[in-house]
Amino acid sequence: MVAITQGDPTPGSNLRDVSDLDPASDPRNEPAAPAIPGQVPAVAAGQPHAAVPVVAHHDVIDDAIETPVFVTEKLSVSYGSSPAVLDVSLRVPEKQITAFIGPSGCGKSTIIRCFNRMNDLIPAARVDGMVRYHGVDLYGGDIDSVQVRKRIGMVFQKPNPFPKSIYDNIAFGPKVLGMKGSMDQIVEQALRRASLWDDVKDRLKDNAFGMSGGQQQRLCIARALATNPDVLLMDEPCSALDPISTGRIEDLMHELKETVSIVIVTHNMQQAARVSDRTAFFIVDMGSSEEARIGRLVEYGPTDRIFTNPHDIRTEEYVSGKFG
Amino acid sequence: MTTTSSRPVGEVLGIPPASHRLRDRSFVLLLAVLTSVALIVLAVLLIDTGIDGIPQLSLSFLTSFPSAFPAKAGIESAITGTLWLMGVVTFVIVPLGVASALYLEEFADGTRWWNRIIEVNIQNLAAVPSIVYGILGLAYIVRGPLSLGRTVLAGGLTLALVVLPVVIITGREALRAVPPSIKEGALALGATRWQAIWRQILPASIPGIATGVILSISRAIGETAPLILVGAATFVAFNPTGLDSPFTALPLQIFSWISQPNDQFRMLAAAAIIVLLVILVILNAVAIRLRNRYQQRW
Repeated sequence: MVAITQGDPTPGSNLRDVSDLDPASDPRNEPAAPAIPGQVPAVAAGQPHAAVPVVAHHDVIDDAIETPVFVTEKLSVSYGSSPAVLDVSLRVPEKQITAFIGPSGCGKSTIIRCFNRMNDLIPAARVDGMVRYHGVDLYGGDIDSVQVRKRIGMVFQKPNPFPKSIYDNIAFGPKVLGMKGSMDQIVEQALRRASLWDDVKDRLKDNAFGMSGGQQQRLCIARALATNPDVLLMDEPCSALDPISTGRIEDLMHELKETVSIVIVTHNMQQAARVSDRTAFFIVDMGSSEEARIGRLVEYGPTDRIFTNPHDIRTEEYVSGKFG
Repeated sequence: MTTTSSRPVGEVLGIPPASHRLRDRSFVLLLAVLTSVALIVLAVLLIDTGIDGIPQLSLSFLTSFPSAFPAKAGIESAITGTLWLMGVVTFVIVPLGVASALYLEEFADGTRWWNRIIEVNIQNLAAVPSIVYGILGLAYIVRGPLSLGRTVLAGGLTLALVVLPVVIITGREALRAVPPSIKEGALALGATRWQAIWRQILPASIPGIATGVILSISRAIGETAPLILVGAATFVAFNPTGLDSPFTALPLQIFSWISQPNDQFRMLAAAAIIVLLVILVILNAVAIRLRNRYQQRW
């Protein structure tokens, strides 16, 4: 049996490398590894999960990530009674770009929204398992979600500038955080970091809605950077943009990873391959009905390896374009 | 060099049945007739009022108090009374309406039964005839618990009750028109819920809220029935001096003149109607301008 059960008694050791195992039992040779009875949580009981092994294939380098920004352990999110994504365990490294890829509905956005507790906004969402941010349990009882979001910035799928001037868009975050210092400097620095300063320095008082889509998205990145976050979460930041704007944002991400850790959700595999250091591949497990779709982490490792030598047949099929 | 063949249109596209075009035409004609019926009725009313009223309009008409002699009578006290009422109405409906809309839109959990009851009731209250509010105002504001008497304050509070449901409903619509992504964006920057609402959502919805408030005020200006019930006087030969002052208002003055047997007073009523209409048109124009100028296209 290739899949390592999540019920492994050693805490924190569920990050394993399948490559250590006998090649004869390579999962690609037995894609229909049956689920282990009793390992599937009760909510999913009775649904056919035969095609999905319970555990993701992890790379050994996971354990070598000594200073992870995020560590999730058996992280699950459900909306109402139906689970959206189940049992995600991974480590997000510091000052690198980690990409979450997978088909729509696989839960990659749901997971990234656990990292800054944006799921709190959905009353029916329930989060189980653990998310640690520099060792702190983000869903611990004494954690204030507002404090979490002060350290962890987010950029959304559709550019969402405030209906105000470019300047006020950037200044909003520092103002609500009560940051000290010259606001003009904070604004200029944020715009420079997002390589937007030269485009907009002469029209800082203009309404942000007059900018192009790509500029708006870079404004949203600048806005997030203005509060000096430790992490930048990007939820499909380029899906509404043309290729040139996308390229500029990707260049920007390369510059930014010197100073911030970045987690990006994308369903563009080429983008993941271009920008990320590590890639997590999620899959949506079609249950018996539309509501029973459950996202799972299939494989996580260095981007090079995920794209050139995936351990799981489904990752291989996805990255080679056979489905998704 | 390309050559274009000149085949007849009918050969390429087929010949349309004649009945199609006829049906299209007659449908457009029907709509035009129905629209013009409404417009003609309005035009007749306006022209009739104009013929009677315009000759009466003068500066002295606007600056005189009511009188038993038609030639001396004017609407100054009615105009000032109406302005006082509008002041009270605005003062009451803006904070109450915005706060209620904010609560229902941003904080209330719509799955709770009490919030649903509040919602349904506000919808229903908007449809309650204004005379019912007049009875309420008479029983609880003029007399009863508040016992304010027949004062500007009592009249204003009653009118505020009449239009409050509409203010709340339009306020909620204005708040809902701000996309959730704005709130998400603010919260993701570490803003508290209060900061997100107060600094982003509310400012973005102010044009919509203001439009609703202005339209509500213009509805309140024309209300007559509740004011009759709360006992506003129809013959007031002085301007209100404060919230506790007796008052009259334009629609009441019109109502009182129209019920006079003397034809000359009816002419004065027509003139007062013109003044009221002008105020309403100005208010509505401001509301439309606000909406068009500041409306955010997301």
